[in-house]
Amino acid sequence: MNKKFLLGFGGLMLSTILAFGQATIMPAKPQAGPVVITGATIHVGNGRIINNGYIAFNNGKITAVGEGAAPSTAGATVVNAAGKQVYPGFICPITSLGLVEFESVRATDDETETGELNPHVRSLVAYNTDSKVIPTVRSNGVLLAQPTPQGGNMPGQSSVMMLDGWNWEDAAYKTDIGIHMNWPVARAARGRRAFAVPGQTQESPAERAQKQIDEFTSLFSQAQAYAGGSKPEVTNVRLAAMKGLFNGSKKLFVNANGAKEILQAVNFAKRFNVQLVIVGGKESYLVADVLKDNNVPVIIQETQALPDKDEDDVYLPYKLPHLLQDAGVLYGLSGIGFWRQRNLPFEAGQAVGYGLSKEQAVSMITLNNAKILGIDKTTGTLETGKDANLFISTGDALDMLTLNVENAYIKGKSISLDNLHKQLYRRYAEKYGVTPKL
Amino acid sequence: MKKLLLVCFALLMVHLSRAQETFPVNGAWDVRSGQYAFTNATIVVSAGQTITNGTLLVKDKLIEAVGQNVSVPKGYVTIDLKGKYIYPALVDAFTTYGMPEAPRQTTGFGFGGRSGVPVSTKPGAYGWNEAIRPDVNAKTLFHVNATRAEELKRNGFGTVQSFVQDGIARGTSVVVTLADDRDNEVMLNDQAAAHYSFSKGTAATNYPSSLMGSIALLRQTYYDAQWYKGQSKEYNISLAEFNRTQTLPQIFEVSDVQSVLRADKIAKEFGKQYIYKTEGQEYQRIAAIKALNASFIIPVNFPAAYDVEDPIEARNISYAQLKNWELAPTNPVAMEKAGVRFAITSAGLTNARDFWTNIRTAISYGLTEKQALRSLTEIPAEMLGVSNKVGTLAKGKMANFMITSNELFKADNVIYETWSGGSRFAISKMELTDLRGTYTLSGTNLPASTLTISGTPGSYEVSLSRSGADSARTRGTITRTGDLVNLYFDFKNKPSGNIRLGGYIASASPITLRGDGIMPDGTSTKWTATYTGAAPAGNGGFAGRGGAQGNRAPAPVGPVIYPFTAFGNTEIPKAETVLFKNATVWTNEKEGILKGADVLIENGKIKAVGKNLSAGGAKVIDATGKHISAGIVDEHSHIAATGGINEGTQSVTSEVRIADVLDADDINIYRQLAGGVTTSHILHGSANAIGGQTQLMKHRWGVLPEQLKFEGSDGFIKFALGENVKQSNVPQQFGSAYMRFPQTRMGVEQVYVDAFTRAKEYKAARAGKNSTARRDLELEALAEILDNKRFITCHSYVQSEINMLIHVADSMGFKINTFTHILEGYKLADKMQAHKIAGSTFSDWWAYKMEVAEAIPYNGKLMHEVGVLTGFNSDDAEMARRLNQEAAKAVTYGQLSQEDALKLVTLNPAKMMHVDNRIGSIKPGKDADLVLWSDNPLSIYAVAEKTYVDGVPYWDYEKDAERQKAMKADEGRIIQKMIEAKGRGTATQRPAFQRPRLYECQDVEDSAYTVADNYNGMLQKQQGVDQQSQNK
Repeated sequence: MNKKFLLGFGGLMLSTILAFGQATIMPAKPQAGPVVITGATIHVGNGRIINNGYIAFNNGKITAVGEGAAPSTAGATVVNAAGKQVYPGFICPITSLGLVEFESVRATDDETETGELNPHVRSLVAYNTDSKVIPTVRSNGVLLAQPTPQGGNMPGQSSVMMLDGWNWEDAAYKTDIGIHMNWPVARAARGRRAFAVPGQTQESPAERAQKQIDEFTSLFSQAQAYAGGSKPEVTNVRLAAMKGLFNGSKKLFVNANGAKEILQAVNFAKRFNVQLVIVGGKESYLVADVLKDNNVPVIIQETQALPDKDEDDVYLPYKLPHLLQDAGVLYGLSGIGFWRQRNLPFEAGQAVGYGLSKEQAVSMITLNNAKILGIDKTTGTLETGKDANLFISTGDALDMLTLNVENAYIKGKSISLDNLHKQLYRRYAEKYGVTPKL
Repeated sequence: MKKLLLVCFALLMVHLSRAQETFPVNGAWDVRSGQYAFTNATIVVSAGQTITNGTLLVKDKLIEAVGQNVSVPKGYVTIDLKGKYIYPALVDAFTTYGMPEAPRQTTGFGFGGRSGVPVSTKPGAYGWNEAIRPDVNAKTLFHVNATRAEELKRNGFGTVQSFVQDGIARGTSVVVTLADDRDNEVMLNDQAAAHYSFSKGTAATNYPSSLMGSIALLRQTYYDAQWYKGQSKEYNISLAEFNRTQTLPQIFEVSDVQSVLRADKIAKEFGKQYIYKTEGQEYQRIAAIKALNASFIIPVNFPAAYDVEDPIEARNISYAQLKNWELAPTNPVAMEKAGVRFAITSAGLTNARDFWTNIRTAISYGLTEKQALRSLTEIPAEMLGVSNKVGTLAKGKMANFMITSNELFKADNVIYETWSGGSRFAISKMELTDLRGTYTLSGTNLPASTLTISGTPGSYEVSLSRSGADSARTRGTITRTGDLVNLYFDFKNKPSGNIRLGGYIASASPITLRGDGIMPDGTSTKWTATYTGAAPAGNGGFAGRGGAQGNRAPAPVGPVIYPFTAFGNTEIPKAETVLFKNATVWTNEKEGILKGADVLIENGKIKAVGKNLSAGGAKVIDATGKHISAGIVDEHSHIAATGGINEGTQSVTSEVRIADVLDADDINIYRQLAGGVTTSHILHGSANAIGGQTQLMKHRWGVLPEQLKFEGSDGFIKFALGENVKQSNVPQQFGSAYMRFPQTRMGVEQVYVDAFTRAKEYKAARAGKNSTARRDLELEALAEILDNKRFITCHSYVQSEINMLIHVADSMGFKINTFTHILEGYKLADKMQAHKIAGSTFSDWWAYKMEVAEAIPYNGKLMHEVGVLTGFNSDDAEMARRLNQEAAKAVTYGQLSQEDALKLVTLNPAKMMHVDNRIGSIKPGKDADLVLWSDNPLSIYAVAEKTYVDGVPYWDYEKDAERQKAMKADEGRIIQKMIEAKGRGTATQRPAFQRPRLYECQDVEDSAYTVADNYNGMLQKQQGVDQQSQNK
């Protein structure tokens, strides 16, 4: 598969031993001339499939997409993709990719700031383009991600990043798109068959949650007033950071899974007239009408998860996308954590056995995610005028049996698909004298 | 009336009448004989015998005579009980009456029990573990507690067993009467029974931190105690006391019904017969309970209804909770019908007043009154070895009885008095006129109204109403002192404000109350209330606590399900004879993948595989376009185990066994069937170098824990290397955890060297028939490894440690069966291959900690290619149910052939577990553990439509939909019932969501066994959604 790709690395790749080392995986150079991919099955991202299609792009933008022979290939690099599949680059929202290198090693964890209210904290600047994890994720077709801070009541702001670049500045795709919030959970949780701890009285969870909601309300009232006023007497970086929520330049991403919490969050967003995105939404299907009526989208976190309750349909998380699709709610999908985002295509494919169509599953991690993140004007589908964020797989990219990414482009740049894992594979294949099959 | 009051006074003095020979007296001796004659009573001598118009003579503490023709000697206080009843006072076989308050568990836990003390620090020559406290004798701690005694006596108890409810071996109990007397006077049996539980209680010793640890500790204690008898090297009070108390009745407190079975395994191992104190859920597995042939002490603390008005909140109530609410009151009758011997205890009731309500509820569900009385008197008395003293009424027995207004179990019965050890306790004064009834109330300035007095004597409830234009209703309050009554109420309107009436009983027949009162405006009134008839049922129109519930015939209840949780079966499904036609069959045999082939299963086995098989009597399933594979085998799982998955308190815990803690009720058994998993290897966690013994199980949904086990499979044990073992990721604030050796990979090697050196010495010492060496369960398991009778699966990550263990094994002379996780197996695949060690790995996990920095998804492919027997495992309840997809990742990463990829999760793990003669491929004669897939089983699009284990269709996608529908309907029915119950005024509770506990390798504690939950809470908060991956 990767002969062509190896050539791109010239002499370094002639010996697999010499090739070892993340440091030799180079960020891509800007698109040098027009590229035309021909003969491909093109998954547009909006549900449409073009058989035997072509797609042309230049200067990072898609210039033509269609069926049959490409209108003009003069001067262009032609990539013959006959029998192969072309997809918009998959987009991974709500992730710690680039913020964490090893989960258990605190020094490599830039995901959780201390304190409860950090709307001013930005993930953008901590995004580590040199992470060894990123190349393993983009090798599976994930080309954009939304590194997102975690922890506390308001963890901070996120940006959309490209999975290729020399530094965060040139990897930024759209900066500071939203502020994240963890909605308080009102239900009492106990371990199964846990022994009661005698003499321990606790504030009821509902009371505790309400207190937190009241605090949010007070904070947002002040932030709204702050945003509406002229130059404040005393600058407050937290309130200033929230300004974008009230002028529509930032979205409010709220982590909420329970039906009650979702309803509360929807009302809250309505009250302050901010654009809400529900993240998690395990019980969103129970309040789908409300979400639909208020145009609130949901980013599902993982289909490959267990149901919350013993009584739930054993396949409920697999079925959730289809339930929201049927209810007319806009939904996207994220994987979980950071390194696991390389399974995002499969997380989407998982829903197909349980009601979703394959193209709906593709849309879930392309156009839908782009809409929710507010980047659908420039990406999310393979349409003329949009950024050339796309990849070629020899087979169905949602199925691990057939996913095999041969070429990937971000803004038209042909990116390296090598990664630490392939390198180690080659190294030990060499040791045992076997042929690596990448 | 005056005479009566005098008698009362005399009776109140009764407790002064005792004298004890050895005690000095300040002043003149005041010894009274305590001679009473109760005449004209209906005397229920025992559940089987009633004397009408009988006489009971009491002298001092004892019954002097009971019978119909007993003449009352002179000098006896005679009490006429015409129309009243005498019953034996009840016996509560499970209380902590008179025991010191147990100190709260404040220290000693922390991170998975690691931060407690390793060895007891209790002064005295006791054993090493503080949870073993057979030396605690309740008789040395007991002290009469009048307040608590009154609470028990109000319900009619006259005798209780009492013990210190703390620890695993809890010491001995006493049986005492509830007389308000000197401690010396109430003792009936100073060593009634020896007590046990699985809960370590306040012990500061960090071991055990898990249920399996508790079980191992108790078993080892039995062996140690046996050894102790014949040795002279060691002096140990705990073991001496343990031995000394073995002849007593042995009472074991357990929680859920599966724990009864766990304890019974111990009983059988050591030739014991325990009496079980349970939480009253035996109905869930009544056949298994009956088969134990044991006696039980069961509570009647039936769960309160849940608040279900809010449908979203109500979702937090589990189906099991709903069903238990409905079925718990049927537990006593289930026990009776099954012929199980049981006593009933009042233990566990939040409100002692619920005791009789609940007993009557149990009776309304079919418990016979005879059984109820026996279970409250004779049976507990027999259990505690005091049936010669209490439980029935007979000459020479203790004067423990109660006087009631009616038959004991009648809803409106009133217990007037409870006598305990000849000492009287009056609950309501029977001598006084019962004021219950309806009256007309009138007086000067006072609007005429109807007064209703209901409730029970001593606890009257009062309501008033008036009809006509100014109709009104209100509740009032009455207090009574002898013949004097006070009554106040407020009609809120005409007049508004409290009307206060004081008066006396002016006439007894009909009852007339009369007196003076003050109106809200200060004017006075002369009033009269005249009895007109009995009070209506239902507390004069106001809802009470549902006291009358017992009289109502209860609505029919739903069926018991197996297991007792969501998706349980009403009947355990049976093996089917099925012919699958025209499928793509992944045989995992030399035939490879057969297209258009048939598979016939019969009697739980695969009968035939091939083309155009004839159906015979088999049910035919058209599998055109579908695939059939062998059931998936998970080499590394932590589901279906309870009470903690790690006994991580010591570096070597080879004595603990997952086999002891299997949980057949775990929903993940069912969920994984829905992912095609049929066999799982349940492992101890990875907190220590030598963890516990593992258990191979089949996913037989609904059977008993013992029946989950894979029959005849080889024993395995979990070892672990790396960061978890050396506690690298234990947060700094749990500082003392750093004390456990080892903290480096260097130390890990020495743990193994030391353990196996000791095991060899142990083996030598135990060899020979006349060996007196102590049996040590920990070393015994290691000796089994040396003898090739137990096999190792070792959690491992980096190449250095893998290499190390291979060397230790070579030098100590044992074999390693499997390296599990083995994420750097690809770096040492040649060495593994040379040693014939299997590798069971993750498909693509990495970066969750430092030791997986170079974990690669090509690991499986490389190991396979070098000739290592390779598999993929889950270590995760979620991933387990799509191991087929994980296998497919060996195609994604490394282009393994599809046939070989599927073997990674079927045949290969079966080989690793030495059960490939039974499972792992589709071959005639093998177990019918099969999955029918909608698509290529390696595809993301494949759905497990049917899963068979031993030919039993435990999972069926279509039937599951019906099951869900039926469950929803049943939930709806029970919720309706709850709303009705609430409408009747019964107590309710708020729904509290119980999140299922999922174990992974590194989980080191379970809140059931350690109190401090803050580590986990903190971790979850800190890491949010990433928590899951932290634990590999």
